[in-house]
Amino acid sequence: MIDQRSQAIEIEALDKWYGHFQVLRNIDLNVTQGERIVVCGPSGSGKSTLIRCVNRLEEHQRGSIRVNGIVLNDSVKNLDAIRREVGMVFQHFNLFPHLTVKENCALPQILSRQKKRADAEALAMHFLEKVRIPEQADKYPGQLSGGQQQRVAIARALCMTPKIMLFDEPTSALDPEMVKEVLDTMVALAEEGMTMIVVTHEMGFARKVADRVVFMEAGEIVEANDPETFFNAPDSARTRNFLSNIMH
Amino acid sequence: MSTLNMDAVGALPNPSLPPRRTRKSFVQLLFGDLVSACLTVAVGALLLSMVPVLNWAVFDAIWTTNDPAACSQGGACWAFIVAKFRFIIFGTYPPDEQWRPLLVMGIILAMILGSLSPRLWGARLIYLWVFAVVVMLVLMAGGVFGLEPVSTSKWGGLPITLLLALLSLGLGFPFAIFLALGRRSNLPIARMLSVLTIELVRGLPLVGLLFVASILLPLLLPAGWSIDKLGRTLAALTIFAAAYLAEVIRGGLQGVPSGQVEAAKALGIPGWKAVAHIVLPQALQKVIPPLTNTAIVMVKNTSLVLIVGVFDMLSASRVAATDPMWPAPFVESYVFVALIYFVICFGISHYARWLESRVQARSYR
Repeated sequence: MIDQRSQAIEIEALDKWYGHFQVLRNIDLNVTQGERIVVCGPSGSGKSTLIRCVNRLEEHQRGSIRVNGIVLNDSVKNLDAIRREVGMVFQHFNLFPHLTVKENCALPQILSRQKKRADAEALAMHFLEKVRIPEQADKYPGQLSGGQQQRVAIARALCMTPKIMLFDEPTSALDPEMVKEVLDTMVALAEEGMTMIVVTHEMGFARKVADRVVFMEAGEIVEANDPETFFNAPDSARTRNFLSNIMH
Repeated sequence: MSTLNMDAVGALPNPSLPPRRTRKSFVQLLFGDLVSACLTVAVGALLLSMVPVLNWAVFDAIWTTNDPAACSQGGACWAFIVAKFRFIIFGTYPPDEQWRPLLVMGIILAMILGSLSPRLWGARLIYLWVFAVVVMLVLMAGGVFGLEPVSTSKWGGLPITLLLALLSLGLGFPFAIFLALGRRSNLPIARMLSVLTIELVRGLPLVGLLFVASILLPLLLPAGWSIDKLGRTLAALTIFAAAYLAEVIRGGLQGVPSGQVEAAKALGIPGWKAVAHIVLPQALQKVIPPLTNTAIVMVKNTSLVLIVGVFDMLSASRVAATDPMWPAPFVESYVFVALIYFVICFGISHYARWLESRVQARSYR
């Protein structure tokens, strides 16, 4: 049934090195439209690098990546087209501190989509309402809590109307009491059918939302399974070992 | 709440307030310990030593007189400043036409006051400044609209100081941004040219640069070409300002986290727009104090143009003081000119402090 849906992301035989250090080894991963993938693994296993390759924040050296059928290569046109399809949320939010929350969401639309200011601000407010912080619209990011900032970052990415969202450890920099508000926002997004790749250590989120959980170690995909199998009867001994280390 | 005995609560110190600070008495403040006592005595002695200066500047000073000889009493001769006021401010500009530089200074003041609030910053303000500069240059030079032509060799005084400072900083700033971006660029040629320009200009003293511009440049230009001396001086000041501003701006660029550029890329913002709207504003906000410093230094550097014969305010005051009619009141004219410089530089630093407090207010919860 899944095979009948079109592919959102196709990654084939991907290799990447930092200098002489190989961070990604022969990665194959297909994501169908509407699928929610959670990527987990120990730090330094290459999970962030993998999703950063998808919108070319990192350049891969071998293998191929296609996003909605568009090949990621040196063509600027293709890269622009791919970045239109893909939104990203970062561990450290990366909001623009010199702009208000509303401007953070509106300005990128104006700069990269040539939208009129009024339209851009209207869409900004729409998504700020969706992440439930419209009342913070005129504040600066530095005046918000971490959880609020991350929700603004999600709204900012959504303003570009992406078809795929990448989350790079979105809750790792948050105080524990703020993790839930961000995860709730992500769950709501998943329920609307957004294609998502989420790098996270939040196993509760993975269990609840993921269609597939991918375990990476030392630059390789060790196991990719549905959450039921992944958590209860993983195929690989390395997965079992990892899970026993993080589940207390 | 309702069960609380309000009387009992009122008798206790309010736990939600910080404990009250005890104030030191005046005497305690001045002589409370050995260090304070020593400092108090030292400052007192310093103040006492100022009495003769005060006598000279105020009590024994001659404020108004038409007779220069009356100024040989030993007090300050402020009457000289009154008499030479127009010469120090306007230099050798024809007296009948001095309303023109006066109007220019009025325009400068109005434009600066109108540009203070960052809310108004934008392309329109830049066009307005370009227009204002053209108007000011036409006013100064004349030759059109029935204005009597006045050669730049006759321009002088405070308007020259202000115009040189303003134009060298204003023209140097965009140039500095390109140099700073060039120095951080991945393109080897752009990087090399930027490094070369910055290091070459910073390696030369300003006086040397002014000599190069005023003496060497005319010799290097092909025959029949000539640039006005004032223009050459301005070029030297501009490139000097640009080199120093570029290094300050580069410092700011380095302080912008790489995540900002990554976010801009992920949002599909084209590179140069990301630089203009995301990176540069943050970089400049981070370097307001050193930018202020450079601006103040450049205002005062304009006084060096006197060595290549441009008649700025300091030159005018020196010439004024050599008038044989008066008993060489150099100190008075320097004090007067220093006062004007101080007002300008103090204004700049105050404005910068205000800008900084605005930026900081954004990061408080």
